[in-house]
Amino acid sequence: MNWAALIFGKLSWSVFPDNPIALGGAAFMVCCALLVLALITYAGRWKWLWSQWLTSLDPKRIGVMYIAVSGVMLVRGGIDALLMRAQQATSVGASDGILAANHFQQIFSAHGSIMIFFVAMGFMFGIVNLVLPLQIGSRDVAFPFLNSLSFWLFASGAVLINLSLILGDFSTAGWLAYPPLSELAYSPTTGVDYWLWSLQISGLGSLLAGLNFLITIIKMRAAGMTPMRMPVFVWSVAGSMSLVVFAFPILTATLALLALDRTLGMHFFTAGGGGNMMMYVNLIWAWGHPEVYILILPAFGIFSEVVPVFSGKKLAGYFSMVLSIWAIVFLSFLVWLHHFFTMGAEADVNAFFGIMTAVIAIPTGVKIFNWLFTMYRGRIRFYTPMLWFMGFVVLFTLGGVAGVVLAEPPADYQLHNSLFLVAHFHTMIVSGVLFGYFAGITYWLPKIFGFRLDESLGRKAFWCWLFGFILAFGPLYILGFMGATRRLDHYAAGLGWQPLFIVAGIGVLIIALGFAFQVAQLVRSIRQRRTALDTTGDPWDGRTLEWSTASPPPAHNFAVLPTVHSLDAFWAAKQEGTPADVRYEDIHMPKNTGAGIVIAGFVFLFGFGVVWHMWWLAIFGIAGAFISALVRTFAEDTEYVLSAAEVEAQEKARGRAPALMPL
Amino acid sequence: MNWRYLLPYAAILALAAATAWYLHGASLPVLDPKGPVGAAELRVMIITVLLCAIVVVPVFILLFYFAWKYRAGNTATHVDHSPDWDHDNWVAETIWWLVPAAIIAFLAVLAWQSSYALDPYKPLASAAPPLTVQVVALDWKWLFIYPEQGIASVNLVEFPADVPVHFELTADAPMNSFWVPSLGGQIMVMPGMETQLNLMASGVGDFSGSSANISGDGFSGMAFTARAVTQSEFDAWVQSAKDAARPLTLDAYDALAKPSSYDPVSLYAAPDENLFETIIDRVMMPADGAMDMNNDMNMDMPSMPGMDMHSMDMRMPMPVTTAP
Repeated sequence: MNWAALIFGKLSWSVFPDNPIALGGAAFMVCCALLVLALITYAGRWKWLWSQWLTSLDPKRIGVMYIAVSGVMLVRGGIDALLMRAQQATSVGASDGILAANHFQQIFSAHGSIMIFFVAMGFMFGIVNLVLPLQIGSRDVAFPFLNSLSFWLFASGAVLINLSLILGDFSTAGWLAYPPLSELAYSPTTGVDYWLWSLQISGLGSLLAGLNFLITIIKMRAAGMTPMRMPVFVWSVAGSMSLVVFAFPILTATLALLALDRTLGMHFFTAGGGGNMMMYVNLIWAWGHPEVYILILPAFGIFSEVVPVFSGKKLAGYFSMVLSIWAIVFLSFLVWLHHFFTMGAEADVNAFFGIMTAVIAIPTGVKIFNWLFTMYRGRIRFYTPMLWFMGFVVLFTLGGVAGVVLAEPPADYQLHNSLFLVAHFHTMIVSGVLFGYFAGITYWLPKIFGFRLDESLGRKAFWCWLFGFILAFGPLYILGFMGATRRLDHYAAGLGWQPLFIVAGIGVLIIALGFAFQVAQLVRSIRQRRTALDTTGDPWDGRTLEWSTASPPPAHNFAVLPTVHSLDAFWAAKQEGTPADVRYEDIHMPKNTGAGIVIAGFVFLFGFGVVWHMWWLAIFGIAGAFISALVRTFAEDTEYVLSAAEVEAQEKARGRAPALMPL
Repeated sequence: MNWRYLLPYAAILALAAATAWYLHGASLPVLDPKGPVGAAELRVMIITVLLCAIVVVPVFILLFYFAWKYRAGNTATHVDHSPDWDHDNWVAETIWWLVPAAIIAFLAVLAWQSSYALDPYKPLASAAPPLTVQVVALDWKWLFIYPEQGIASVNLVEFPADVPVHFELTADAPMNSFWVPSLGGQIMVMPGMETQLNLMASGVGDFSGSSANISGDGFSGMAFTARAVTQSEFDAWVQSAKDAARPLTLDAYDALAKPSSYDPVSLYAAPDENLFETIIDRVMMPADGAMDMNNDMNMDMPSMPGMDMHSMDMRMPMPVTTAP
């Protein structure tokens, strides 16, 4: 019996990176992690970190942690992007560039997976955590502990995917790992397994979070907040979370089938043996297309809050906005086949999915018109959230035209998998999703932290992102027309592509500068926070309930739960004058708990064990997760009570004076 | 007026000028098609963009006009400011549902008609009878088999101009996608399955082709040349392949199929009869004993009645097997 294999599975000394760039990446990551740990130790902040943050069940803190993890992952994905463009700018004709083909393929696979699953999803759940309970006038989400568990599963997935930098390699099969390339026959290393299990673990977190927020919206709204009095952001999150609940099980099942193929020698998607790779492609896009709307709907919701507030006006066409959200939710499940029109399906199949895809442009167009007519006869203050909105409309509309072009099957035959397609979906996801989230973060952080972010650096960041984006992706549209396909690590010299790849690389550098401005903005804002304090709780003259409480709000959000009488409840209250009659009540709040970290930690061990075929560790991990979940389920002492007298004392002490979030 | 407001516009103009200068003389095969399929597909793109412009142009004008006119600094429009104005106006609301809907209706008709007209499986209209070329995507090169001519070539597909070329495609490798942008759109190339594509060149020329779907390490080295020549040049090329080249026996094919990339063009004579079908069959039933179908899966494919393995087409339903 081979004891080493039994204990260490496929792990051996040869799993460490063997080329200088990969080694440098691994060393950089390890150094950063050690530096952070050292800094925390030096500052003596471990106890504070554990008791105030890591174990917190407060959605506002969980939201900040989501955004922090996503910010770090954005750096990782961004470095991947820079390396890809550096390779493509140098690897032409006789030159092989800086990366080996296999390494380049790992990098673009990691870039896509990380940007979608650990940047976009993380920012989205982060913002939803920050805002949603406040906006519906609730003290918490429906299942506070589940919320913490969701975050820690997300974080476990993030750690697992990044571990592939240090131990072993990553998938080379692209961000959606089409078989048979992702099958054992063509990808024998642990790369695809890292991809599978980090997505599986974080996907489980997403599914739980989706259920949690959907139920929160259904059950936890303030008194009087009928559905048609919900802010549009809440509607958009309801749409997005419905999609999570319906789409993520498909992802889970699809990944599980591929894992069975790879781990137990089954043949769901193999070439031969009865497998059908197109089954995988259908299934993964049956999740993958709704996923796009899972990300974009909350961004639409953010713009639907930002534009009215900064225009000093009610949102135009509330009913249309709600209707269009649900039209998009419904249609997003009817378009998945447009990702592979080139499969060779019959003309009527392609035509159906092409038409359905184009139809989605109708509700999206309506939304843009409604935002524009919200500006009409407004008094528009161009703070950075509004700049992000302007940039979004310009880029998103152009990217949308590219999308409608791609929706026509014969046009797609020519542009499928070309860099035109890459440019299109980056336009939608960067200008739609990321710009939206940046607008949301700038808009809502004063609520969470108690001070505004620095405007001047925020503007610089915006212009860098906008022009960096145009430089980075404009050339890709042209390269697509030139016949350049995605994922090329090398191309012939005579094609004339190199100058465009160089310009695209410069664009990515400018975007990186924009991100540096955002980091500087955060640092400067924290250092100078006393000069930009939000003492009123309502820094932008807001319209919705989150602005009615203090900035930052107490852990229980509202000393007295609000009652809603109309749409834009806080605006209406400001117009009519605040009611004086205040009755304090005992508040039941969940206690902090480390159970989420413990369970997600066991799940991480399970994932690591399966990736490396260390079966004892996988069994230990899954058993540990199960048992610790059981222990938590039967725990009784999970709440504390804040008596009415204490709440009153806190409110009196606070007055309207700011209490900064302890940074 | 603050000059800084003009900075973004100046930057955009400079970018546009630089782009125009660069593109002057650049090769843009998708926008400069050399065959009827590519030309028709380009037409679909252009019509779509023009129809979209009906909505997009007003959006851009309104965005910048409203942003400028109703900026907080413009006190002249403050009298217009009405915080609760919701244009409670079903006429306006209906217009911006109906205008995009009307455009999409046109686009839907276009999608339907063009999907049929440009179905990659549909034979092209031409007086000349089509030339059949069987394409096999290998790790990482393209094998072109000419069953009627009895030759084969690697990374070069030569055919007469103005003659429809009927491609039948499969892979003995992970999924690929076959693309000659100068001639027209792609089709996916999958192991164990057959897809079809019809293309035609309207004149002689060399066109670059590639795989558009990641298929492993050597994927970038899968570039090939599609060469349209005159009929007599084509006949001479076929003869030269027959005279000079080695026969593509099954053994020679197995040697060729071993992973390699950036392969030079090579020619073969006398491809093994039914090589293309054999390749598909072998993918479906690995000969290396990776699995014993008879025992493991109660499935005896070759002797199964009513099933023709040679037509395992993307458009055929997968065979349904039942336990005996």
